[in-house]
Amino acid sequence: MTAETGLVALWLAAALALAQLVLGALALKPGADAARAAPTVRAVATVQGALALVAMAALIAAFLASDMSVALVAANSHSMKPWLYKFAGAWGNHEGSMLLWVTILGLAGAAVARLEHRLRADTLVATLAAQATIALGFYAFLLFASNPFARLDPAPADGAGLNPLLQDPGLAFHPPTLYAGYVGLSVAFSFAVGALVTRDVGTGFARAMRPWVLGAWIFLTLGITAGSYWAYYELGWGGWWFWDPVENASLMPWLAATALLHSVSVLATRDGLRAWTVMLAVVAFSMSMIGTFLVRSGILTSVHAFAVDPRRGAFILALLVIYIGGALLLFGLRIGTVRQGKLFEAVSREGALVANNLLLTVILGIVLIGTFYPIVAAAMGVQLSVGPPFFDSTAGPVALLLVAVLAAGPVMRWRRDEAGEVAQRLFPAIAATLFAGVGAFVLGGPIAPLPLLGIALGVGLAVASVAPLAKRDLRRAPLQLWGMVVAHLGVAVALIGMAASTAYTQERLVAVGTGDPARVAGFTVRLEGVRPLVGDNWTALEGRLAVTLDDAPVAVLRPQVRYFTTPVTTTNESAILTRWDGQLYAVLGTLGEDGRWQLRLWWKPMVTLIWFGGFLIALGGALALVGHQWRLWRQRRRADDLAEATAWGAA
Amino acid sequence: MSAGETATGAGPRRARWLLWLPLCAFGLVLAVVLWGLWRPADRTVYSAMVGKPLPEFTLPAIAPGKPGVSSADFRRGTPRLLNVFASWCVPCVAEAPQLLTLRAAGVPIDAVAIKDTPADVAAFLQRHGDPYASVGSDPHSRLQLALGSSGVPETFVVDGQGVIRLQHVGDIRADDVPALLRALAEARSPR
Repeated sequence: MTAETGLVALWLAAALALAQLVLGALALKPGADAARAAPTVRAVATVQGALALVAMAALIAAFLASDMSVALVAANSHSMKPWLYKFAGAWGNHEGSMLLWVTILGLAGAAVARLEHRLRADTLVATLAAQATIALGFYAFLLFASNPFARLDPAPADGAGLNPLLQDPGLAFHPPTLYAGYVGLSVAFSFAVGALVTRDVGTGFARAMRPWVLGAWIFLTLGITAGSYWAYYELGWGGWWFWDPVENASLMPWLAATALLHSVSVLATRDGLRAWTVMLAVVAFSMSMIGTFLVRSGILTSVHAFAVDPRRGAFILALLVIYIGGALLLFGLRIGTVRQGKLFEAVSREGALVANNLLLTVILGIVLIGTFYPIVAAAMGVQLSVGPPFFDSTAGPVALLLVAVLAAGPVMRWRRDEAGEVAQRLFPAIAATLFAGVGAFVLGGPIAPLPLLGIALGVGLAVASVAPLAKRDLRRAPLQLWGMVVAHLGVAVALIGMAASTAYTQERLVAVGTGDPARVAGFTVRLEGVRPLVGDNWTALEGRLAVTLDDAPVAVLRPQVRYFTTPVTTTNESAILTRWDGQLYAVLGTLGEDGRWQLRLWWKPMVTLIWFGGFLIALGGALALVGHQWRLWRQRRRADDLAEATAWGAA
Repeated sequence: MSAGETATGAGPRRARWLLWLPLCAFGLVLAVVLWGLWRPADRTVYSAMVGKPLPEFTLPAIAPGKPGVSSADFRRGTPRLLNVFASWCVPCVAEAPQLLTLRAAGVPIDAVAIKDTPADVAAFLQRHGDPYASVGSDPHSRLQLALGSSGVPETFVVDGQGVIRLQHVGDIRADDVPALLRALAEARSPR
């Protein structure tokens, strides 16, 4: 019954999305009263979101109950699986992850319907109609091409199990967080389309859109950071970013959203960059959809490709044509009629933000080209793959240039500034950059130019990012300012982590017998023994590694090789020792015929800073979001107080 | 000065064509993707070295009583097979009988052992048969990478002038043998 409830909820949600679209379109006809239709459209959007949630809950219930008569459960779950993976396994597959996608889409629409009160009524109705249009297409995709609730008759005795690489607590958090970011950007897209339809591109629109962009961006940042750490410890390769197409698929919306976040601020505070902001809002969610297409169509090989089906790819492609093509067409037709915003000097906060936007867009272009190039090359009869050497050497320098702009931007004044004064304000940061660069070059030993620049600019940016707080009363500094400072500091911290771990990582691949020592970066790692271990749905061989530093015992690491039975797979569970200055990363390999074990050891200095920085970036976003909302709430309360006082005065 | 607005193409009259640029870019991506979607999904990684001369190399011997391999061995006028294998590789065991068949048909075969030890190679050859004229050791996969080989086993048909004529990815099955023999015959005649 549960599965049928979910299916019915999905159909009803699709019907309501259609209703929402039609009601919205009718309310926007010339002569119609959008303000009167708004409450109805809001209600429909809310119920639609709730129904999507019911469908998702039904699927989760089917997974938790191990209802093997549901084809999806049988194909991806197993009754012996720990409950957390039954729960999270609901989205560890194609149909379930698409259902999660539309659920978040529906919930985002419902949230706009409930919470958004600043937008003009007609723009709100147009926004919700746009959101419903997107939802409708993806409901259709689920119902016609990827039904998660399809039944099996007869039902198998038990399921095929979940891909063991996904059997990790990370699965419970990473996809929902990332999707909340991915799909949260749909709100920005709908806002842009809505504003284009009603020709309402201005500061009010930007102020209303900003918290939604910020919210989605926070989730996206957290999702990417968490995903990077997950891949780092679960895949056992010791890398934190692989330039895998699916990683790129999450990076591209993030780059666009980061640019959007900054341009929307210019539009909200200075009424500049109107067309550009609308463009970015369209591009950001378009990148999310292209990312979804990349993953779901199996057009590119990737470790994430757990569903490969060209027919589904064609379906999503058709949706992309309708939504992205439609929005860009609307943009081309309408944006010319949007009045030009305010102008500004090249050397100014706006100028720096434009530079930031252009550089982010360049990186986005590089990643996009790099991701799609294998397909282009294949079209020309050449087989190739594009990997880290391409991305590092192209996106790397642009990113470093971006970091330099990022350091300068926040200390610049709005509208116009003097280059000399800016340099003066940046003096401590420039000094720190030079100091760190020379220090790393002299003390750190041989180093490639890019990591060296990364370390130097990272330290410089760390100093520059707190500069806006200088000479301010810290208790009175607005929360938004703190948010910006913390986020920029996070970029600096992550950059230092990336550069330092790239430059100074030490790797050892050794074959050791019991009692043999292996040395890496001053640590001595001794294999004390290997013992078998039994888990819920796996067996493992666990190595016991005694780690000593300068003859003092530091820790015992226990890397495992896990053997899963459903489906039959082997995974390497790395063991990681985290110290303040880096991580010791150990992976147990195979047993050689001579009775020695393969052991792979890495010392990765400063590597934890990467994810700590990512977390700081998200935290900065959260502070800014709270800051903006807090100010809004205070303004509203003050207005209420004033109205009340006036009322009393009148009485 | 209006750096921001010209860059965005939002000027009411200036550069209106810029507004259509995103749509065109999207059209381009679409065309690429459409092509990719309709392409038969072949995920085999073929080497870019096919049709080119072998890279220069000299590998030390690893099998008892057999010489190592060098690129000069392939320029003596007779086509040869260069088999990339490893004692730890299971498909290499599966293709061993086919290599013996080829050897029996008079095909000279040289081998590169990837990340291997003399003891392991000797044991492998003893257990699964020894079709090789020479076996070179490539402990860090250097030659393998230079050949553009993405895994073991792989087999290259090299003509008498040291030019790679064909790459066979994966283990050689019984029904692959005729094709390899044909390629070797073709390699005898100059291109």
